Amino acid sequence: MITSPLVLADSTTMLRRNLRRMRRYPSLTFFIAGMPVVFLLLFVYVFGGALGAGLGHVSGGRAEYIAYIVPGMLLITVAGAAQGTAISMAMDMTEGIIARFRTMDIGRTSVLIGHVIGSVIQTMLALAIVMTVAVLIGFRPTTGPAEWIAAAGLLALAALAVSWLSIALGMVPKDVETASNLPMFLILLPFLSSGFVPTDSMPDGLSWFAENQPFTPVIETVRGLLLGTSIGNSGLLAVGWCIGLSIVGYVWARRLYERRSAG
Amino acid sequence: MTTMESQVAIRAAGLRKSYGTQVVLDGIDLEVAEGTVFALLGPNGAGKTTTVQILSTLISADGGEARIAGHDIVREPDGVRAVIGVTGQFSAVDKLFTGQENLQLMADLRHLDKREGRGRVRELLERFELVEVAGKPVATYSGGMKRRLDLAMTLVGDPRIIFLDEPTAGLDPRSRRVMWETIRELVAGGVTIFLTTQDLDEADRLAHRIAVLDHGVLVAQGTPDELKRLVSGGHIRLQFADAAELERAARTFDGASRDDEALTIQVPSDGGIGSLRALLDWLDAGSIEVSALSVETPDLDDVFLSLTGDHDTKKVTVR
Repeated sequence: MITSPLVLADSTTMLRRNLRRMRRYPSLTFFIAGMPVVFLLLFVYVFGGALGAGLGHVSGGRAEYIAYIVPGMLLITVAGAAQGTAISMAMDMTEGIIARFRTMDIGRTSVLIGHVIGSVIQTMLALAIVMTVAVLIGFRPTTGPAEWIAAAGLLALAALAVSWLSIALGMVPKDVETASNLPMFLILLPFLSSGFVPTDSMPDGLSWFAENQPFTPVIETVRGLLLGTSIGNSGLLAVGWCIGLSIVGYVWARRLYERRSAG
Repeated sequence: MTTMESQVAIRAAGLRKSYGTQVVLDGIDLEVAEGTVFALLGPNGAGKTTTVQILSTLISADGGEARIAGHDIVREPDGVRAVIGVTGQFSAVDKLFTGQENLQLMADLRHLDKREGRGRVRELLERFELVEVAGKPVATYSGGMKRRLDLAMTLVGDPRIIFLDEPTAGLDPRSRRVMWETIRELVAGGVTIFLTTQDLDEADRLAHRIAVLDHGVLVAQGTPDELKRLVSGGHIRLQFADAAELERAARTFDGASRDDEALTIQVPSDGGIGSLRALLDWLDAGSIEVSALSVETPDLDDVFLSLTGDHDTKKVTVR
């Protein structure tokens, strides 16, 4: 029996379970939004004057730097949520209820899908908070609603990829502490991209990495969709990376979930 | 499926499992008839939980095969999962949820329709005396309440075969009694129970058949009475006032087992009048002062000790 026709119903049940758990622990969502908000304020008000001047445009300065880094901050939010997702998956795996689910005739992936979709929703909430703060301190998107929706869609796709990877990371170690540290590298990645400074200001090797790592096309596409800069082939690359990483995360997570015994 | 098959709820042959070099199960064969209670009895680390985990499709065996209600555990795990319920040693409840939400979650996963599900949840809350705490988070429940909720969650889907891994371990006497009553009711309703326990008394009270597991091997299997017949006769227990009397008695009764701390010896006996009279005659002849005497017919403790006979198994009698 490969697929039960009830996978959808079971996944919905599991999603409801995860959303309810999220509501019982609202601090986690605020924690996820909190870090990028602090980074945003830090980068704009502490580093912003100097970094903005370095952008090399005519006006320069803090105001322009806000516009430049918001797309990167949105991706920092997406990447930062990985930690919360990995922690909640790891916590769940240590609880007996997962063992119960595994002895029940329910869609095998529904537990994972519930976690992933729940985590995407959580990330979108955190993104809304970060975006609100960005607008409050002077960020002004220059494009129309259709582009905003497309940007939200791409961010959701990025959140999907990060969520699949992080539930797999959450199942790699046996303990919750290690699980909370594993996704740290994901938070670093957006910094090594075009999100905070133009890649051509970096040393050669780093600049090559920054231009070719998955977060850069996503950031460039979001920037284009919100501010009307040129997107080029970044859009296609961004969608490709997100779908590819989602598939990798999904396959990896499934294997870990099947293999990992409860005791 | 033949009629013979359908009368056997659980059949396992040659189950093996190792973790690294540690052999946990070394060829387990067992058969459980439908509508009966089967107790797997053994000390800590004997392999009881591993057996339950394999039979309930939670982990895979290294060798051997098993069928649950006719479904092969490897080839048709979903068929197995559809007919079983499992209550393990560690509470399988969502601690962030209330008792009611936990039960509702099970009703949803068993695909009961809304009205049916709500009715079932209410009925189980009443049956397990959880109505008053139904709206409170499980994290605030006592150990006994959690265990009752755990079993109630297992029962939501009306499983035909239920695995209970040490269901009464660590429970207070009242919760233990509730658990026993529930097991009897379930069996009266035709449910098959596979139970593991370290408690001989529990196995004796509940089980139709008992298998004794020790170091991954089944050392005996049978009805409680059959197992008791495995040890020849019972014994007479003599209590002495001091070590000197104990010493003299021990010299008189050669085959007796002595306990220097309790100042007792146990003399093998069939419990009949004749053997008792002979024993009293010996005591008279030796002028041995006995402060107390009791005649004991064999119980499962004797079976267990005679079958396993290492020091670890002493734990089995403690509760």
